[in-house]
Amino acid sequence: MRRTFPILITVVVGWVLIVADFIPHKPFGNLGDDFALYFDIIAVFAFILGGGNLFRIHLTKVQKKKKDWPFSIVTLGGFIVMLAAGLFKIGNPGGIQGDVAAVGSLFNDMYMQIFTPLQASMFALLAFFVGSASYRAFRAKTTEATILLIAAFIVLLGRTPFGLWLTSGLTGDMSFLQLPNLTDWIMDVPNLAGQRAIMIGIALGVISMSLRLILGVERTYLGGDSD
Amino acid sequence: MKHKLRFAAVLLFLPLIFSPLLAQEGEEMQDGLLAEMQIEPPPQAVITVAEDMPNDGGHKLTVRWEFPKEFTSSVVRFEVYRAYSPDGEFVLRGESPNDFYEYLDIGDREEESPNYMPNDSSYYYKIVAVGTEGVSSESEVGGPYKTYGQWFHTGKVPLLIAVILFCIFTIYFVLSAKGGKELYIRPLAGIEAVDEAIGRATEMGKPILYVLGIGTAAEIATIASFTILGRVAKKVAEYQTSLIVPCYEPIVMSVAQDIVRSAYLEAGRPDQYDEDSVFFVTNAQFAYVAGVNGIMVRDLPATNFYLGYFAAESLLLAETGNAIGAIQIAGTDQVSQLPFFVVACDYTLIGEELYAASAYLGRDPLLLGSLKAEDWAKGILMVLMVLIILAVLLGWDAPREWIRVNL
Repeated sequence: MRRTFPILITVVVGWVLIVADFIPHKPFGNLGDDFALYFDIIAVFAFILGGGNLFRIHLTKVQKKKKDWPFSIVTLGGFIVMLAAGLFKIGNPGGIQGDVAAVGSLFNDMYMQIFTPLQASMFALLAFFVGSASYRAFRAKTTEATILLIAAFIVLLGRTPFGLWLTSGLTGDMSFLQLPNLTDWIMDVPNLAGQRAIMIGIALGVISMSLRLILGVERTYLGGDSD
Repeated sequence: MKHKLRFAAVLLFLPLIFSPLLAQEGEEMQDGLLAEMQIEPPPQAVITVAEDMPNDGGHKLTVRWEFPKEFTSSVVRFEVYRAYSPDGEFVLRGESPNDFYEYLDIGDREEESPNYMPNDSSYYYKIVAVGTEGVSSESEVGGPYKTYGQWFHTGKVPLLIAVILFCIFTIYFVLSAKGGKELYIRPLAGIEAVDEAIGRATEMGKPILYVLGIGTAAEIATIASFTILGRVAKKVAEYQTSLIVPCYEPIVMSVAQDIVRSAYLEAGRPDQYDEDSVFFVTNAQFAYVAGVNGIMVRDLPATNFYLGYFAAESLLLAETGNAIGAIQIAGTDQVSQLPFFVVACDYTLIGEELYAASAYLGRDPLLLGSLKAEDWAKGILMVLMVLIILAVLLGWDAPREWIRVNL
């Protein structure tokens, strides 16, 4: 019963939504949107679950002085202060009736002055990681890596004014060898062809995966193999 | 000298003082002139038809009208008004340029919307031709025109045929597999490496990190990742290794907890299951990266799995994992993130391989049957594409139209 009922729901809802995709008439036309709303409603309640889990795990860590417990104090501190600032609308110009993210409130100030710069810092790390990953990928150890290196070299140069300047002498019949033109060709032909092939595969994979779920063949997501 | 300056200042300000009076006088003169000229309004537009939009729920009408072309320059725009009865209140629905005699009236299907356009209802239209001189002319009221909701989307026929064929393939191969037929599936390096990766972590006495990505539980990539997590958790339980599953979404966490618990139960080691091994971190993208990277650096997992929906955080996670020397297996259906995983991870499941991974790991004939159906569909699609390209190259365009889906 623990698994039969969820499978039954998946089968019924899955088939109804597939059929609904071909029927524009009411009430089928917007069934997909309606079901997405149910998901949003469940997600709202799940945030309480998430917050509770975070609080419990870190509190236990601090109480039992587990490994790296001081970090948990920072997490709990941030969690409680932010929650209180939002819940009680501390410093909110509109008082308790005001918008939770109103400019001037403690919640907004902490979000804009602490959280946003921290997020931006994490994102900025990406530039350095791209550098280190590219260095590894472009080492011409194999034929594939060499092709990748050459293609990357052309695309990188072709996207800069220097690349255009370097090959601007190639005119007339030879203009296709100009680096920006070569770059466009690499991006629009081999790169796009490869991407589309992957996307066709993904589309078929999605259908196959969905059918496995709807037919009740795939049950691992319900936990375990047996009933 | 002083008097001269005063006189100059007065002269300068005189036009400003009298300008409103002059402007008013000018306007009166203009009105008088217009009246004298008796400007003719543009000719009336004639509503020819208002057609129901095909393949919709009955909330769209295309209004068409006729207008003498030689008067196009005398019209600025056409305004389209709609009412529920010929004598009812006409409401402005939109505008059309002076050389375009058509307007698509789109209403909402939600009853609570102010723009609600009920299905199977009659509507009346009126077109106002707004002239260049500000003089307008109204058309006769056209109607009643009805909207109809369709019970079948004819533009999706090719899609329906494809779905039916694919379903038949899947059911056929699943039944064949059920009947005991041996099905060959090409091996995938990333999947073959799962056992080795878990074994490595066991030997090193280090944990395994499993990242489900930043998708919701409704993402197909996350569902695929759930199925793989179930297989991996079972093996982890058998090998008695520890597992860390930091989650981005509370619902994902809840499902993942259930999957891991069941996997331990199935492996016969429910006592080994640590309730805190699957936990919620945050649902802020880069804060999540900071949290997971922190876990990596502190706990030094021997094996990292990144399977699911990933965006900009893919490389941040994979590079940190690479730096700590973990064996890494990644898989996503986000084409833009695949290159990052390919360069930073040991094995990458590309697109559809992520969906197939669970069937590979489980070796369940029923699941393998569905993979076989997918391979056949791919083969047919490839042949079809080549044939259609050839047909178009030979100047026969009809096959391209046959497969066109009009959404």
